[in-house]
Amino acid sequence: MRSFLHRPETGAAAAFLLTYLFFAIFTADAGFVSVNGTAGWLNLASELGIIAIPIGLLMISGEFDLSIGSTVGAASMIVAIGTNQFGMPIWPMIFIALIAGMIIGLCNGLAVVKTNLPSFIVTLATNFIVIGATMGFSRLIANVTSGSIIVSDSSKFVFAARWGQANISIAWWILAALLGFWVLSRTVFGNWIYATGGNLQAARGAGVPVERVKIILFIATGFAAAFVGVLQGIQWNSGNSTYGMGYVFQAPIVVVIGGILLTGGYGSVLGVVIGTALFGVISTGIFYTGWNTDWIQLFLGALLGAAVLANNYVRRLALTSR
Amino acid sequence: MSSPLMELINVSKSFGSTHALKNVSMAVQPGKILCLLGDNGAGKSTLIKILSGYHGPTSGTLRFEGADTSFSGPREARQKGVATVHQDVGSIPLMSVGRNFFLGAEPTTGNWPFKRIDTSKANEIAVEQMERFGITRVKDGNQLVGTMSGGERQVLAIGRAMYFGAKMLILDEPTSALGVKEAAFVLKMMRIARENGAGIVFITHNARHAMAVGDSFCVLIQGEVAAQFDRGEKTREEVLNLMAGGEDMAALEEDLEQVD
Repeated sequence: MRSFLHRPETGAAAAFLLTYLFFAIFTADAGFVSVNGTAGWLNLASELGIIAIPIGLLMISGEFDLSIGSTVGAASMIVAIGTNQFGMPIWPMIFIALIAGMIIGLCNGLAVVKTNLPSFIVTLATNFIVIGATMGFSRLIANVTSGSIIVSDSSKFVFAARWGQANISIAWWILAALLGFWVLSRTVFGNWIYATGGNLQAARGAGVPVERVKIILFIATGFAAAFVGVLQGIQWNSGNSTYGMGYVFQAPIVVVIGGILLTGGYGSVLGVVIGTALFGVISTGIFYTGWNTDWIQLFLGALLGAAVLANNYVRRLALTSR
Repeated sequence: MSSPLMELINVSKSFGSTHALKNVSMAVQPGKILCLLGDNGAGKSTLIKILSGYHGPTSGTLRFEGADTSFSGPREARQKGVATVHQDVGSIPLMSVGRNFFLGAEPTTGNWPFKRIDTSKANEIAVEQMERFGITRVKDGNQLVGTMSGGERQVLAIGRAMYFGAKMLILDEPTSALGVKEAAFVLKMMRIARENGAGIVFITHNARHAMAVGDSFCVLIQGEVAAQFDRGEKTREEVLNLMAGGEDMAALEEDLEQVD
């Protein structure tokens, strides 16, 4: 029991269960627990979840990335302009969009590591730079800030296949979660992520290449954001510079709700997954109650506040001797 | 007498016009504990940085295992077997004992992409090494380091350095933040490390702790070696007086009593 309480994801799991039961009981006839209802909140959670996992690892290493929002939009626009304006086939454009996301991540990483400025500010700046550049260049090239994407069958399958109401993004989310779990809790690199966020000087002293760890994680968040941009673009057959702006704060919110310490050094991928699922349940559950969706924000805010308090408590618990 | 592990010959270090160290000569012997004593600002930390490769001396010679050496940085010093354990120990509280012990040198098992940390091996060795130095309370390598006492963390750090082949240990104030029992514990483990042949530089301003384990002593005052002597050559009062800069400690204490 004690060791269960020591786990970083315990709080999120409890909150998830309570919220899920609340909606399940409160909206018993509306179909929230039906297959379609479940697919609904999983769809919503999965796209955020693909980004939230590398964001979680990055936050464990002690850094933030707020530029993910505009990277999503930029990736979708790269594919849109490439396929529509220049008549390129879609796969090379997907490749270019993913590389662009990684380059944005690399720039963030280098800027943070070289300047030692807080990544919160650096990536906030990048977020504006990227969305501004996306809109500016889109208007320059195509005189639009959004545009349709010419998809192929194969790309439609990989990024937008549907089974009933369930999107293939759920499968990608599961894959990302398994990969994240493996890297963080089993590999040497995962050990370095914890160490970098837990005590930077000590990690450096032990020979951990802390700068490389951070840069790689920034590249991973950029890649994940671009991936979701491509996915959303192909799903909706169009790109838009403003895709993903909601993720700027949603991603860190679900990560913190999932039990990752804002100060870094502690947390788990399972926690991030549960935090994201909780977000999906709240965001879609509200619809089933028939309440105004404005309440979602209130719910999330309250949860975030509670999560931060709970995380501090769990951290203290973890540090008491057994 | 065996040849010294590390030797400083007339080493000086200045930062701009500040002379942090002036003509310091000393020798670290394998299997011996050299206590470096001095008040705050006496140049102890500069000396540590020269020994551990952070700084090169401005003038003078550094010899390691008989050869003139200038370390390119702490990494090279570490590779040659000079390990520094700082006051704040450099452990990561929210990570397990096993993961801390092997940080930066993790044992792995399996082949890529299934290559992973060999957690059970790491935990086993970490616990075994802690036991070797007398810690029996930590039985599970998965225990977070943050749950251990300050003394136990020192032992973890020292045990780690020894396991990875350190020939020379620089211990920066390892006992100063500890209670009496904990300090005694760390002192005991320094003796075990000495028996294992490590040359130890023990930096402290606690004369009692120094006298308890030291084989030889070096007192620094304002960047200069004020006294060098071997075990048994001076009493504790004499050492205390030396550290206080030659002023009589007893007289200082009398002054204090008058304040009350």
